[in-house]
Amino acid sequence: MEVKNIRIKNIPHEEFKDNEYLEKYVAQLREGGVNVVVGALSDLINWGRSNSVWPLTFATSCCGIEFMCVGAARADFARFGWEVTRNSPRQADVLMVFGTIVHKMAPVLKRLYEQMAEPKYVMAVGSCAIGGGPFKSSYHVVKGVEEIIPVDVYVPGCPPRPDAILYGMLQLERKIKVQNFFRLPAGPHPDESSKTEGDGDNE
Amino acid sequence: METTSSRIAAALDYAAVAVEGNTTTVAVPWERAHEAGEALRREGYDYLIDMVGVDGGDTLGVTCYLSQSENPAHVLKLKYSTTERERPRLTSLHDLWGTANVYEREIYDFFGIVFIGHPDMRRIFLRNDWKGYPLRKDYVERNDVPLDNERIDDMERVCTVTLEMGQEREAVSKLFGEEEYVVNFGPQHPAMHGVLHLRASLDGEQIRSIDPVFGYIHRGMEKMCESYTYPQILHLADRLDYLSGTMNRHAVCLLAEKALGLEAPEKAHYVRTILDELTRIASHLLGWGCMAMDMGAITAFVYGMRDREKVMDIFEETAGGRLMAGYGVIGGLAQDIHPNFQKRVSEFIPYMRKMLREHHLLFTGNPIARGRMEGVGRLTLQQAVSLGVTGPSGRASGWHNDMRKIEPYAAYGKVDFEEVMRSDGLTFDRYVIRLDEIEQSLRIIEQLVDNIPSGAWAVKTKPVVKLPEGEFFQRVENARGQFCVHVESRGDKSPYRVKFRSPSLTLVGGLKAIAPGTKVADLIMLGASLDYVIPCIDR
Ligand code: SF4
Repeated sequence: MEVKNIRIKNIPHEEFKDNEYLEKYVAQLREGGVNVVVGALSDLINWGRSNSVWPLTFATSCCGIEFMCVGAARADFARFGWEVTRNSPRQADVLMVFGTIVHKMAPVLKRLYEQMAEPKYVMAVGSCAIGGGPFKSSYHVVKGVEEIIPVDVYVPGCPPRPDAILYGMLQLERKIKVQNFFRLPAGPHPDESSKTEGDGDNE
Repeated sequence: METTSSRIAAALDYAAVAVEGNTTTVAVPWERAHEAGEALRREGYDYLIDMVGVDGGDTLGVTCYLSQSENPAHVLKLKYSTTERERPRLTSLHDLWGTANVYEREIYDFFGIVFIGHPDMRRIFLRNDWKGYPLRKDYVERNDVPLDNERIDDMERVCTVTLEMGQEREAVSKLFGEEEYVVNFGPQHPAMHGVLHLRASLDGEQIRSIDPVFGYIHRGMEKMCESYTYPQILHLADRLDYLSGTMNRHAVCLLAEKALGLEAPEKAHYVRTILDELTRIASHLLGWGCMAMDMGAITAFVYGMRDREKVMDIFEETAGGRLMAGYGVIGGLAQDIHPNFQKRVSEFIPYMRKMLREHHLLFTGNPIARGRMEGVGRLTLQQAVSLGVTGPSGRASGWHNDMRKIEPYAAYGKVDFEEVMRSDGLTFDRYVIRLDEIEQSLRIIEQLVDNIPSGAWAVKTKPVVKLPEGEFFQRVENARGQFCVHVESRGDKSPYRVKFRSPSLTLVGGLKAIAPGTKVADLIMLGASLDYVIPCIDR
């Protein structure tokens, strides 16, 4: 399966890891009847979408500090069009979950996710967001945000380095690029999108 | 000290008084706890450091750590407990010490002890519909992740239990009146200070009162500690107040070393001190940047983060981690310092001095910034002591509370530095004191970095660390104030009870005190000037 032209700022496809994931994703999108050889218009829209991903700041704990570092001078996510951090879910494209999610926060997170407009993405950054992290045995910690909302990209680490977070962001951009904007898949992962035959919200 | 304890023993003839080193322990029956508290208050114990709830098996009780603002090195423990487990009741001390208000709510939340006379018996971290009291030893897990929002009515339902002629009376009221205009702020919000939920009652543009709602990042660390080994606990301590991670870890290391009778090598003390101060600088830079950002100045934030990266580089090289260095261990350091360490640190000092001047030029002198910070948010000395507002914020109100001076630990006794003080307790004082503390931290580092002794960096400990039976207490100065660890050990490899005193919790108490009367637009800035870290509050 050739996934062509998925370059981010001249970083070629081969430079990335986890390419099998993307290839599988594309394959399953095709199987599910979604045409990935997207038209020029969809390409244009995706170019715009993937280069101006606006994150919702949702940092609950330690990992949030590394997010600040990604935003500050050295790592500087503005290079990839992410600098417009939004405080309202209605203006955000991606929900970046930094830090531990606890029982009391879970409904808040869910509601924020629901308030976001489609198409929306979720990044789970840090072991806590992925699976409870060091607090897995706690009575008040949600063992991974996937229990509540679907996740597109996972960035492991406790906390992940700013470079790792940036890498995760680029992976999300690539994922956005292979989608057909007019027939967006419903789930974030290959298996789910093939099941649902890709009828997402196409507004 | 002797005289104080004998005076106490004479005044409280119903109490069992024991003296051990710098600590006096006073045990009283719970019915007379308030009386004892009043007597101690008269003796000058005006600072309640911490209140620890304990489930002793057949009893439920409280240990209060008290100190005097005049003589902060002295610590007194006041203990009282009840054997009633079904409907435990204790006397509230909220009218004697302002901090007791939140501490008692916390104990109610964790142990289900109702404090008689407490004006606000609500859960503090957990939701109102939470089943059980998690820190009790007989707690069984039976709570699922809730997916519906907490009801406002639940949040506002205030319960007070009073005792009238031996009869208990329960009065339920609402926190805010029907006519009050209440605005929610958070838990997800643009301010840089974490997931704090504030409910503010407004009168036009002015704040009438605020009610902080905690628990959105309550991770249950204290309970986890009870099943973790001591070296594992270190990693949790790092993640409490992640901006002071090194110092929190230091506190646990010192506590364990003291309990085990270990003495870490001189080299470890030096390096820990340097790292503590570097962490303080990093934290203050972030605090400075975030405060500026909260006031709308993004440039300052970027500058602060840029300088902070230099500190992170030093950490990364020597410890391997950036934010979570994970470097101190019980008995010393995890590994030797990097060969570049001294060079890098020595280079950082002049760089930071230069940048500090620039930061002052950029922001401190800015007329708009001055206009917003000056004359706003006064925290008086008396309030600071009663509410336990320690650290830079307390010192801005003129309270000498620096643990590095009071009880010099590690290498602080060997260096010459100044405890930066101001007296007005205004927002501007709290702002400027942090920048001045960076200068002092640089001074400390400067005196130590060239004299790091050579030799071993750690002493060997047993593969399984078991603390002897007893109660241990350690205080250190982290970037936000006095961070204390209380450990009760029963001789096992895990502690019986661990309690962390979060300096940030009391800082929010400070916010509650200074917010009324200010403009709602200043609320975020006031919070930023206190510089709390929410995960440390919620633990
Ligand atoms: S993954 Fe680690 S650093 Fe991130 S929030 Fe959890 S404990 Fe903190």
